[in-house]
Amino acid sequence: MKPARSVLIAGLIFLYLPLLVVLIYSFNASRLVTVWTGFSTTWYGELFADRQILAAAGNSLIVAVLSASLATVIGTSAGLAFARFGSFRGRALLTGAMAAPLVLPEVIAGISLLLLFVALEQTFDWMPGRGLTTLVIAHASFTMSYVAVIVQARLSGTDRDLEEAAADLGAKPFTVFRAITLPMLRPALVSGWLLAFILSLDDLVISSFVAGPQSTTLPMVVFSSIRLGVSPKINALATILIVITLAALAAAAWIGLSRQKRRALQP
Amino acid sequence: MAPVLRIDAVTKRFGAVVAVDDVSIDIGANECVALLGASGCGKTTLLRIMAGLEQPDSGRVFIGDDDVTAAPPYARPVNMMFQSYALFPHMTVHENVAFGLKQDGIKGAELTVRADEALKAVELGDLGARKPHQLSGGQRQRVALARCIAKRPRVLLLDEPMAALDKHLRERTQLELLALRKRLGISFVVVTHDQGEAMAMADRVAVMENGRILQLAPPRDLYERPANIQVARFFGDINVWNGVARSDGAVEIAHLGITVAVDGKHVPGESVAVALRPERIAVAPVGGPGLRGRIEDLVYLGSGTTYFVRTPLGGVVRVLAPNTGTPFAHGESVTLTWPAAALMVLAP
Ligand SMILES: Nc1ncnc2c1ncn2[C@@H]1O[C@H](COP(=O)(O)OP(=O)(O)OP(=O)(O)O)[C@@H](O)[C@H]1O
Ligand SMILES: [Mg+2]
Repeated sequence: MKPARSVLIAGLIFLYLPLLVVLIYSFNASRLVTVWTGFSTTWYGELFADRQILAAAGNSLIVAVLSASLATVIGTSAGLAFARFGSFRGRALLTGAMAAPLVLPEVIAGISLLLLFVALEQTFDWMPGRGLTTLVIAHASFTMSYVAVIVQARLSGTDRDLEEAAADLGAKPFTVFRAITLPMLRPALVSGWLLAFILSLDDLVISSFVAGPQSTTLPMVVFSSIRLGVSPKINALATILIVITLAALAAAAWIGLSRQKRRALQP
Repeated sequence: MAPVLRIDAVTKRFGAVVAVDDVSIDIGANECVALLGASGCGKTTLLRIMAGLEQPDSGRVFIGDDDVTAAPPYARPVNMMFQSYALFPHMTVHENVAFGLKQDGIKGAELTVRADEALKAVELGDLGARKPHQLSGGQRQRVALARCIAKRPRVLLLDEPMAALDKHLRERTQLELLALRKRLGISFVVVTHDQGEAMAMADRVAVMENGRILQLAPPRDLYERPANIQVARFFGDINVWNGVARSDGAVEIAHLGITVAVDGKHVPGESVAVALRPERIAVAPVGGPGLRGRIEDLVYLGSGTTYFVRTPLGGVVRVLAPNTGTPFAHGESVTLTWPAAALMVLAP
């Protein structure tokens, strides 16, 4: 075997072995996480009977869908501004502001958002005790950066001609956006939304800061239950999350890829 | 007749680059004007200013009697065919053509009829259901054209419409465009950097350099009466000699050791450039009057032969002779003659 290939395989094992272990043990009949006694789906049954986990899963899904949608709207606007408006006042500042969440430590982001929400509560009595709304805002505030990057990359350069041709054919700016820019952006919007959805779904740190008592998310439940000892239920939950995440990522990649293939046929 | 489109003293800068420099040009009704020039001389920029895709820094743009300098592209009755064709990839051919019509509020049966009509005009009647990526380069070019003419603009702006086509298709398309123009009665502005294409298509050609129009004239005038050396050089290889005007009005070309009678008044002692097209010079065996020389080099071209003739004083004259009589050989001594009217005196 070539050395490069063995390094690749070692890398893949390093990355995916833990996931594989979780997947296998989620079907373990034993209550002990570390001893394999036989195949069983009991833990999946128990998982779906657990009220607390189901509620948390519901919260997570709601927050993920809403924050991904919000992030897509804001991130797309920012991406459009970067790609189309040329140089405008405050461009450098906005660029930095949009990139910051990509590199900012999550703990810092969490604390600052918490302080903001507490201040809002004290000043305006807004969202007392915090809840799903604060979670949605907090998640959107960092996932929108990813959407902006994806949209900007998709827009840079080539399709300018199409927008200009549409304007030349009599389309007013809003029609150009709706009939030309938006369809062109659709793959970027879908993959941006999926990425934001995934990032929101598995965020633990920021969620822990800004979630209210009634708005526990799935990663928070998993994390706290692990501290009380690992239940095989969590393996089952983890397996389901892995499958959802991989499916979303695969969908995002597939959409990007098929779009590229189609474009490759164009001059 | 009043011009359909008028560009009045327009200047456009991009940072330090002056892309269009104080250009004025009138496009008449049903006229075809070509913008000709080397890469980067500002042809596309001028076209985009006409379309409203670029705002001039100074000067005005008129369509008919209306000042449209500040009008956005969607409010101008002109349409542009992009160098990249810019077909909408997510729409079928028919939808591409119908797009512009819809913006004019045309709906239902009329929309279909007008779009079909435009597609038929470019002989693409049965490809309406295809997507742009399912078409050949030439077909895409026709869709782009159909999309513009469907709107029946007053002026059609074409940015290197033939650049992506092979030579054969290009010649056919040139003829088709001309026929289309006659049929539709619209004016064309065609950008090209191929002087043959400009000559073949246009009623008038604007030769551009560094954002300025060097000369705007019918093809024949550009060829036979170029305003300056740059324009003369643009249309084929040409002999250019420096000369000095004498008191009797003739010009002495020291380089060749001859004096030629020329049109026009020149201050004695003024230096002028004299140009002569290679095909206006006749080559004959030695004898008779004319400029003596020796054939130093020759290039056989099929329909003719280019001879490089060295004169006794060291100058080289380029001659293009048809391959009818007996050909001349390397080193042969010859006599060159030309009609006096063939000499062009240019500003150096
Ligand atoms: N958007 C722009 N920003 C900056 N400079 C530009 C821009 N568009 C054009 N230019 C510059 O203006 C000059 C004229 O460009 P233009 O595209 O009009 O040339 P062209 O005659 O169409 O050339 P070509 O034959 O290569 O298409 C060039 O020097 C070009 O670099
Ligand atoms: Mg150009």
